[in-house]
Amino acid sequence: MDDKRVVIKTQGLTKKYKDLIAVNNLDLEIYEGEIFGLLGPNGAGKTTTILMLLGLTEPTGGFAQINGLDTIKETIRVKETVGYLPDHVGFYDDMTGRENLRFIGRLNGLEKNIEDRIDNLLERVKLTNVGDKKVGTYSRGMKQRLGIADTLMKDPKVIILDEPTLGLDPEGINDMLGLIVELARKDKRTVLISSHLLHQVQKICDRVGIFVGGELLAIGPIDTLGEKVFKDHDLTLELSVSPVDDKLISLIRSINDDVKIRTDESKIFVDSKEDIRKELTKVLCDNDYKLLFLKQSGRDLDDIYSQYFCAKEGVKK
Amino acid sequence: MKSKCLWVLYKKEMADHLKSRRFFIILMLVVITGFSAIYAAAYGISSAVEQENNSFVFLRLFTTSGSSIPSFVAFISFLGPLVGLSLGFDSINGEVNRGSLSRLLAQPIPRDTVINGKFLAGVSVITLMMLSMGLAIGGLGIIMIGIPPTSDEILRILAFLIFSIFYISLWLAISQLFSLLLRQTATSALACIAVWLFLSVFIGLLSGVIADVLYPADKVETVEAVLRNSKTELMINRISPSTVYNEAVITMLNPGVRTLGFITQDQLVGAIPGTLPFFQSLLLTWPHLVSLIAATMICFAVSYVYFMKQEVRM
Repeated sequence: MDDKRVVIKTQGLTKKYKDLIAVNNLDLEIYEGEIFGLLGPNGAGKTTTILMLLGLTEPTGGFAQINGLDTIKETIRVKETVGYLPDHVGFYDDMTGRENLRFIGRLNGLEKNIEDRIDNLLERVKLTNVGDKKVGTYSRGMKQRLGIADTLMKDPKVIILDEPTLGLDPEGINDMLGLIVELARKDKRTVLISSHLLHQVQKICDRVGIFVGGELLAIGPIDTLGEKVFKDHDLTLELSVSPVDDKLISLIRSINDDVKIRTDESKIFVDSKEDIRKELTKVLCDNDYKLLFLKQSGRDLDDIYSQYFCAKEGVKK
Repeated sequence: MKSKCLWVLYKKEMADHLKSRRFFIILMLVVITGFSAIYAAAYGISSAVEQENNSFVFLRLFTTSGSSIPSFVAFISFLGPLVGLSLGFDSINGEVNRGSLSRLLAQPIPRDTVINGKFLAGVSVITLMMLSMGLAIGGLGIIMIGIPPTSDEILRILAFLIFSIFYISLWLAISQLFSLLLRQTATSALACIAVWLFLSVFIGLLSGVIADVLYPADKVETVEAVLRNSKTELMINRISPSTVYNEAVITMLNPGVRTLGFITQDQLVGAIPGTLPFFQSLLLTWPHLVSLIAATMICFAVSYVYFMKQEVRM
């Protein structure tokens, strides 16, 4: 990891609106060729961060660099190498897909080979047969794919996608995710995805950052993320044992005094600071209990999801 | 690089304008009313020419009103704003609503090329429209009244067209400003129409009332009181670009107009009735031209600054 080149870098990046801190002191490093997921609920500051990365809005503090270029001072040079797909991307509806791409290509100073590139990209996003139809007739999924082609017109080294799977059907989502993986693996581009749809995006990300309320809670590969986020939280063991009696409860307590035990009809929940699975199974075996079910919860992605993504939105509403 | 981007954007905006149904409708409205005004004027003039030997007949094509149809100049002063407003009222917020602005600004182009390209394209369309209408009317006029324009008349008509271009561009700048300040295209269209109605119709009604309140002239009818009252009314009216445009255009197209505003009887003593040469008319209307351009620049500058500072968010 250490020898990888840092492509996107922010340091102390802060954006304040009148009475709201949208992004607070964000330090982020994204390496070359990786797919990084910036995940967080709506209103977490993801889009604001992206806008600052593109120099479309000025940070109130800190700075952001892409390929070593400051995103505010050298915004045009930054935009030459960064492709950006906004959420709810819009095209000129009365122009065809091809004309839209041509327009963007010309704005990027392309003259020669522009038609070849358009043909290639349309084929890549499977829009060749509708390339000459007006964009107004496209479906949401087609527009989103055209958006990918649009960001690729300038052959960018870095691609920033804001909610790329939003509003797509399952097939569209798979197409989109497949395209994104291809961009990173085959073309060796660096991809930054922002999304609030953790489950959809996690499977293609090399690393993710959990971004809530303007703060980066945790960053890292997805499988180790749960432990980082919940390192101060109790572990919960969910188990079902037969038979359930008072002796069982005291046996569990004998392993560790700190545990909290709750029971409902079929299951027992054990909250503890440390992982007591090993001791627990041993004790149960030794005492002739039958262990029917054991699950550790409280530290995996589903918990991140329910804790931050669902709960926070519920509170806001 | 920068000028190339501007050119690409400019071409796209021009194509958008010229292909749009909205522009076609407004253009038809102006062309039909304009030509009917010219036709009515020519019809009236051709009978008048036979009776009196009058110079500057050709110019009267633009300023004479027919029996029931107002003059061409009056139509342009009333409908011209509509052309400018229709070209600009959704130029920025339309892009924001479609979601294409953030895509556009993610390209390696200086941000101001977007607003510059849009404004330049609008001005070009206006210029194209006014010049072609001027030529068409000139041709029609020659056929109908049978008298070719003199060189002085051609200069005056050119000046009139240039005044009209600046006048309509001012309304374009106003509508572009609204399209930045207001998020919804419908709201900005309504705001534009409100400003247009106020400045072309209601200010004329209000100015008299305000002048009467400030300098009542109905009780003591001294010269000073009446003069002050009228001057106030005129100054209030001149807030409206339509008034400024009308004064300027009438002066340019009617060489008989020698002063603007009020003169007393004793100022007139010794003046010989006659016509002004072209450059004297131009001199008389120079402040009008400058104020039209200045107002356009102010509107554009405000939009420019606002656009450069705006956060582009969906």
